[in-house]
Amino acid sequence: MNTLLRIENLHARVDGKAILKGIDLTVKPGEVHAIMGPNGSGKSTLSNVLAGRSGYEVTEGTVTYRGQNLLDQPPEQRAREGVFLAFQYPVEIPGVSNIYLLKAAYNAIRRHRGLNEVDALDFLKLVKEKTRMVDLDEQFLYRGVNEGFSGGEKKRNEILQMAILEPTLCILDETDSGLDIDALKVVANGVNALRSPERAFILVTHYQRLLDYIKPDHVHVLAHGRIVRSGDASLAHELERKGYGWIEAAAAGA
Amino acid sequence: MSATAETLDRLIKQDYKPGFVTELETDTLPPGLNEDVIRAISKKKNEPEFMLEWRLSAYRHWLTMMEPHWAFVEYAPVDYQAISYYSAPKTTDHPKSLDEVDPKLLETYNKLGIPLYEQEKLAGVAVDAVFDSVSVATTFKDKLAQAGVIFCSMSEAIEKHPDLVRQYLGSVVPAGDNFFAALNSAVFSDGSFVYIPKGVRCPMELSTYFRINAAKTGQFERTLIVADEGSYVSYLEGCTAPMRDENQLHAAVVELVALEGAQIKYSTVQNWYPGDEEGRGGIYNFVTKRGDCRGARSKISWTQVETGSAITWKYPSCILRGDDSVGEFYSVAVTNHRQQADTGTKMIHIGKNTKSTIISKGISAGRAQNSYRGLVKILKSAENARNYTQCDSLLIGDRCGAHTFPYIEVKQPSAQVEHEATTSKISEDQLFFCQQRGLSAEDAVSMIVNGFCKQVFKELPMEFAVEAQALLGISLEGSVG
Repeated sequence: MNTLLRIENLHARVDGKAILKGIDLTVKPGEVHAIMGPNGSGKSTLSNVLAGRSGYEVTEGTVTYRGQNLLDQPPEQRAREGVFLAFQYPVEIPGVSNIYLLKAAYNAIRRHRGLNEVDALDFLKLVKEKTRMVDLDEQFLYRGVNEGFSGGEKKRNEILQMAILEPTLCILDETDSGLDIDALKVVANGVNALRSPERAFILVTHYQRLLDYIKPDHVHVLAHGRIVRSGDASLAHELERKGYGWIEAAAAGA
Repeated sequence: MSATAETLDRLIKQDYKPGFVTELETDTLPPGLNEDVIRAISKKKNEPEFMLEWRLSAYRHWLTMMEPHWAFVEYAPVDYQAISYYSAPKTTDHPKSLDEVDPKLLETYNKLGIPLYEQEKLAGVAVDAVFDSVSVATTFKDKLAQAGVIFCSMSEAIEKHPDLVRQYLGSVVPAGDNFFAALNSAVFSDGSFVYIPKGVRCPMELSTYFRINAAKTGQFERTLIVADEGSYVSYLEGCTAPMRDENQLHAAVVELVALEGAQIKYSTVQNWYPGDEEGRGGIYNFVTKRGDCRGARSKISWTQVETGSAITWKYPSCILRGDDSVGEFYSVAVTNHRQQADTGTKMIHIGKNTKSTIISKGISAGRAQNSYRGLVKILKSAENARNYTQCDSLLIGDRCGAHTFPYIEVKQPSAQVEHEATTSKISEDQLFFCQQRGLSAEDAVSMIVNGFCKQVFKELPMEFAVEAQALLGISLEGSVG
């Protein structure tokens, strides 16, 4: 099977401070990888470096996505090539309706792929179907992007965007944080519905809880900017029982 | 500088698209201003004696006045003797129809996206186009005439409807109202005149395009719109100018009169040349716009989208004289590079139960300064008057400024006045979010700004809302840091 994403010896700095200190990770199509780790271990930095956010300086290493150097590409090109980041803190854009943003994004991606843009009517049909999937009321489509949404509504809105844009690589940056159990289930159901042999997921999370609903193929533990341990789903349970302390201590001693 | 800021910076450095010059033979008066120049203008236009007298008295008054400097703008002094006060394309002696208009002129309007023929046939928008100082074509005259609507150049109105002109000209903005209005009254060369008879709903949108073409000229147009009892009219003006290194003066006056039960909706899309990145060149836009809700239950709405000009000094106002009259001001003012805008409105409540609404959206990018200045004045006679003001500023980058100067004077205890103001910044987070969804930085900025301005854009006539949005995209591309 082909490799979708290959991260080799990735080092990155934020504000001059080294955060990632040599990450290696290979993701194949269809796989679900969970990246777990304590606060400050570099989980969000990894998500942001992959998505191309400014302010994150890669000092060493490579990231290859579908055979191309991902780090060379501006963020919008990565997005059009199928990299999707579900944000930990989705921003509000007052006055820009949700459906307007979705349609603009959808058509930008279609143009990039040499496809015709869809008209408003066909798009509405598509969106309505996906909206039901994430259990959002249709009125959310016409409200400003995340404007006045609750925490759970914002996260469901992220999943809605993911469902519509149909990315190849989905990175969920602590999407489970701050969600009650019902919202968590909705988010997990959305992700499970999108799982396919062509699509891979990287779930960045602090807690094992999300993994009760989305079963990962691989679990990696990040500490002090490195992946210190990888395993299958059982590793997540072990972490849940023992906490991160023992792994951090082992990593520091290594 | 972050990658995002660089992108934004690049985006800001967009060219001014209407910046071309049309080569035309012109009939231009030599620079300078004195009574002889005014007599020459009046003579060129075959004006009746009363107009010359009016101009001369305005000029004499102007000589006693000082240029105002209270606005929050800075610019090199204007040499009023270095400006030519009249310039006209030579070939436009009274065109009777579009066929007689110089094809080069028509081409200019086509380049600006205003194909007059097209407009005539398809859009159903009646257009009066003012090129430098004179009006070159008015479309749809016949159809309007059937409805009894007069829509013509100011020169033609003075010639053919002198009584109406005499009755209303200067009745809202008196000749000596302020320095620039006095100058305009003395030397105005053309402009548009509209009269809507009693009970008539104007069958189409009326529209004027102003274009400054010749170098070292000023443009001083004068617009007068009179809506008689129970009538309705929607009017739009658009403005552009070529790119030039020197500054050019535009000092227009617009007067609106709404009689009992009449409604005037006046929309402006102003895209005068703003100068280059370093602030060289650009139009000085010193304009007096005022509407008089003279009759009961009358209504005047100003909607403006201001993206151009080096300096803007402009306060479209409403005098709410009639009982139950309504004044509205919806504004989007965009400043980029070194542009400076001091703009806002005045709502003067005189009649009972008068209502006014002010929605102002200021957007500042580059090193621009954008000020909202507004006066809400409620006189003793204005029982139960109400005002609502919302004043929002959006900053793009960290070298620009937004300022708000609200003045509120209330002399009537039953009045209700509300003022809300916000200042926000396009954040890197918003921009990155949009890019992560596949949008280019240009499209993202334009989308965020359009969202910010939505309340105002929805007030524009449909045909022009699209144009305004596109214009905003061009003016602002590349402004977040």
